[in-house]
Amino acid sequence: MSLEDKYLITVGLEVHCELRTATKLFCGCANTFGSPPNTNICPVCLGLPGALPVLNKRAVEYAIAIGLALNCDIRRSVFARKNYFYPDMPKDFQISQYDEPICVEGFLELPVAGKRVGIVRAHIEEDTGKTTHVGSSGRIQGADFSLVDYNRSGIPLVEIVSEPDMESADEAREYVSELRAILVATGATDGKMEEGSLRVDANVSVRRKGTDELGTRCEIKNLNSLRSLGRAIQYEARRQMEIVEEGGRVHQETRHWNEDSGMTSSLRSKEEANDYRYFPEPDLVPLEPSHEMVESVRATLPVLPPARRAVLSELAGGKPSPSELEQIGTCVALELDGYVNSAVAAGVPFKLALSRAANELAALVGAGGAVANESFVELLRAEDSGRLSATQTKAVMSRLAELGGSVEDAITALGFVGLSDSEVAALVERVTSENPDEWSRYLAGENQLAGFFIGAAMKASGGKVNGRIFSALLAGKREVSRH
Amino acid sequence: MAIVDMSAREMAAAVRAGEISAREVVEAHLGEIAAHDHEVSAFLLVLEDEARRRASEIDAAIARGEEVGPLAGVPIAVKDNMALRGVETTCASRILAGWRPPYTATVLERIEAAGAIVIGKTNLDEFAMGSSTENSGFFATRNPVDPSRVPGGSSGGSAAAVAARFAPLALGSDTGGSIRQPASLCGVVGAKPTYGLVSRYGLIAFASSLDQIGPFARSVEDAAALLAVIASQDPKDSTSLAAGFDASEITSGVRGMRIGVVEEMLDGVSPGVSSVLDAAIAALVDAGATVERVSVPAARFGLSAYYLIAPAEASSNLARFDGVRFGLRVEGEDITETYLRTREKGFGAEVKRRIMLGTYALSAGYYDALYGKAQQVRTLIARDFAAAYERFDALISPTSPTVAFRFGERSDPLSMYMSDVCTIPSNLAGHPGMSVPFGAAEDGMPAGVQVFAPALGEGTMFRVAMALEASAAKPAVPVWRSAAAPGGAA
Amino acid sequence: MSSDQISRDETLHIAHLARLAITDEEAAIYASQLSAVLAHARDIGALDIAGVEPTMHAVSMRNVMREDVVEGSLDRDEVLASAPSSEAGMFVVPRIVGED
Repeated sequence: MSLEDKYLITVGLEVHCELRTATKLFCGCANTFGSPPNTNICPVCLGLPGALPVLNKRAVEYAIAIGLALNCDIRRSVFARKNYFYPDMPKDFQISQYDEPICVEGFLELPVAGKRVGIVRAHIEEDTGKTTHVGSSGRIQGADFSLVDYNRSGIPLVEIVSEPDMESADEAREYVSELRAILVATGATDGKMEEGSLRVDANVSVRRKGTDELGTRCEIKNLNSLRSLGRAIQYEARRQMEIVEEGGRVHQETRHWNEDSGMTSSLRSKEEANDYRYFPEPDLVPLEPSHEMVESVRATLPVLPPARRAVLSELAGGKPSPSELEQIGTCVALELDGYVNSAVAAGVPFKLALSRAANELAALVGAGGAVANESFVELLRAEDSGRLSATQTKAVMSRLAELGGSVEDAITALGFVGLSDSEVAALVERVTSENPDEWSRYLAGENQLAGFFIGAAMKASGGKVNGRIFSALLAGKREVSRH
Repeated sequence: MAIVDMSAREMAAAVRAGEISAREVVEAHLGEIAAHDHEVSAFLLVLEDEARRRASEIDAAIARGEEVGPLAGVPIAVKDNMALRGVETTCASRILAGWRPPYTATVLERIEAAGAIVIGKTNLDEFAMGSSTENSGFFATRNPVDPSRVPGGSSGGSAAAVAARFAPLALGSDTGGSIRQPASLCGVVGAKPTYGLVSRYGLIAFASSLDQIGPFARSVEDAAALLAVIASQDPKDSTSLAAGFDASEITSGVRGMRIGVVEEMLDGVSPGVSSVLDAAIAALVDAGATVERVSVPAARFGLSAYYLIAPAEASSNLARFDGVRFGLRVEGEDITETYLRTREKGFGAEVKRRIMLGTYALSAGYYDALYGKAQQVRTLIARDFAAAYERFDALISPTSPTVAFRFGERSDPLSMYMSDVCTIPSNLAGHPGMSVPFGAAEDGMPAGVQVFAPALGEGTMFRVAMALEASAAKPAVPVWRSAAAPGGAA
Repeated sequence: MSSDQISRDETLHIAHLARLAITDEEAAIYASQLSAVLAHARDIGALDIAGVEPTMHAVSMRNVMREDVVEGSLDRDEVLASAPSSEAGMFVVPRIVGED
């Protein structure tokens, strides 16, 4: 029995999401990524003496949108100061929401895992600046000095805290990918993990099966991709299992994920770090979103991924298979469900449309390519009609994603313009007359010989013959010959 | 009449009418500062060149026939905890020595737009923490009426500057009495407006939920004129109220007004101050008001609540003085050591004491018993005041239990904190309060009467203040103007 | 209310939380001064005011917000001119050892 079989893993996630506002949370500095250092700064986000924060209304609307999308209650909330010294925090306190967050008690459905993950809260807070550690190793420890850029300081964030409802790395990944899709759909964020627009911390603990009490958790930071998240959870869970197995105790601490080594390492465990001396921010007044404000945000919400998934599930006859569920999830997460819907509306079978969107199109889009919805539909109709083979369809799609242009031009350029019906008929005549023995056996009922003739036709035509058309004409000739 | 003896309104009227130039007004005050500030040390920085330049601009604008504002050419002394772009702003702290803010406080924009001229930055207790201006990180300010005594604090430099005729107007900030108490001790008018009436943007915070900027002047009407200029909503301050102040209705008297004397503020008051209050009550009665004693029971707990809330907020507000972005840095081996050394060197003892007290009050395990409870007491104080205002239009009390004390006389922090026992409750409740000089108490030193009104009741408060001023004895004068200095100093 | 007497160790801990370097002798002085202030605050500790809403603000405003419109930022050179140390358009700080 392996260790993994003896233990249960519990994962809770904290996701920080940068909001796509024009300005920062408490001042009018531009919220942009990649500006030269310290060019988007003002007395407020630089924490200069005497400066005061004023709340960005758009940030509040985005937070409400996120709360609604996650089925949360939108409540009266109060900003608080979280006090600790760190050079990337200009005021040496962070303005956040503490015991009265704006969004509480929501949930998110994981379609593949088939479970509901509770959302404890989602609250508004300001981002910190960025420190660059200059020195020998590039790590924090041992740096000779650090450089601080406050462009990011004060950028609005919503922190979404889940219940510890996930029980595997896969579930955690699905949660983040589903959450990301929802957040992007609301327009609140661009969801770019690689630019830090979405940052994930994972709380991981393990316990022996058959026990109820949760184990001591560790918080893992620096998870910059879904891949890191999955690997880090697996590593950390295994580490904790080994400690417990050997009779040791897991210490509650924050750990850093190192992508290169594939390991987590202790970042800090000082108890003092927890005394943040929270108190209500006296420079801001309570935020009590009115019914009208909440409803006006609700009215602007687009159709969200769960509803979009439901549309595809309906097309699957209401009971999608597990693999279809996964494909549906992928399509919705990558916002490709519109392609599937269009293709089905144009008469393409659902299974084909779903498969092409979730597999080939998803891969192309993931690699940075793009295919127009109309082209996708046109291409799939060509495949469905038999004009293009599966292999040809995929090749055409790749070319469209890379170079654009019309479907017809791509087919021509790739030499997939099939033979005309009379040319195929001529080919049927040729291969049957060149192989009289096989033809006789085929006529006598050896149906599998159709494949032999197709192979011969492919060879003779240099691959240009459409197998389905050839088969149809071949079968037609047999019918005629028998009578 | 000498220019420096004119009221601010008279000066502005004369300047606007072209009878005197703004430049003459500025020169007269700079002359007074040059002649006497060595006796008072009211200023941390005198803005001679800038003030002259501004005065010339105003004179030129008048010559062109342009509108120059209600305070045209009037010099204003500004407490050095308000940011003025490009001008050293220190809060009288070594940690900010040399700091030139890249922006200007909203109040200073307002007074400049009104034509007033910032003539200098005045001394204060470091970060406005204190009641004597002895805690300045640079030097102590002396009371112009008797330089062996403190001017009060924390806005001691501004109060002293106005009393000394270095400027007819000044701005101070009041967190627990820092405008009213020095006004009382120096014999000038000082008002703390309703919390939120004047923008705090650019005021270097001590305790954000209590801090409020307000005017100093030698007359109630001048104070009202300055308040009218600075009171308005500021989109840069989330706690700023959609309200202003109209100075035109403050002369209508107190006939028929019901005025309460706060019983809880009579304990421990010196005999001289007590007689001043009695005389003030008699004057109000003469003017047609009904005056009765009233109890505001929770006011007794004001001092305790204040010395938890204010340090707690201060401990957080003052965290940013860390040697990273501005101000002093004492380099250490690493960032933590740099923080420790910078703050050790940069802050004075009183500031450290309050930061420690506030850190303690907020720390894990004590929040509910200390900070949380103090905030509940605040509710009680507001309730008790509200009950009093159901029966009274305004309330009065002594401003300070005593007259100005001598340097070093109060070395124990707690006895110093007691100076603010009468002023603190209105900061906690957010109500306006002001001090009006009402003659002399012990040793011929000035003493003020404090007037309170409900939130945004400045109109009523100033009416009472006007009535008091009308009956007050001749105001105290700087020592160099009196034949024999009062008290035993001479 | 907690015990009024603050120990010297507690004082040193508080000083470190507030990033104030103080000597042992200073700690003793602060300990007694802080204790005195807290002893004075004992009067409110004795008040039975459970259920009384705390007052965080003297003003009773709600929902003060600004529109999401970009305003000017500061000139970097002017800001960095006030910094104790800067390089390459950034603020320079001594090395960061761990985190606490």
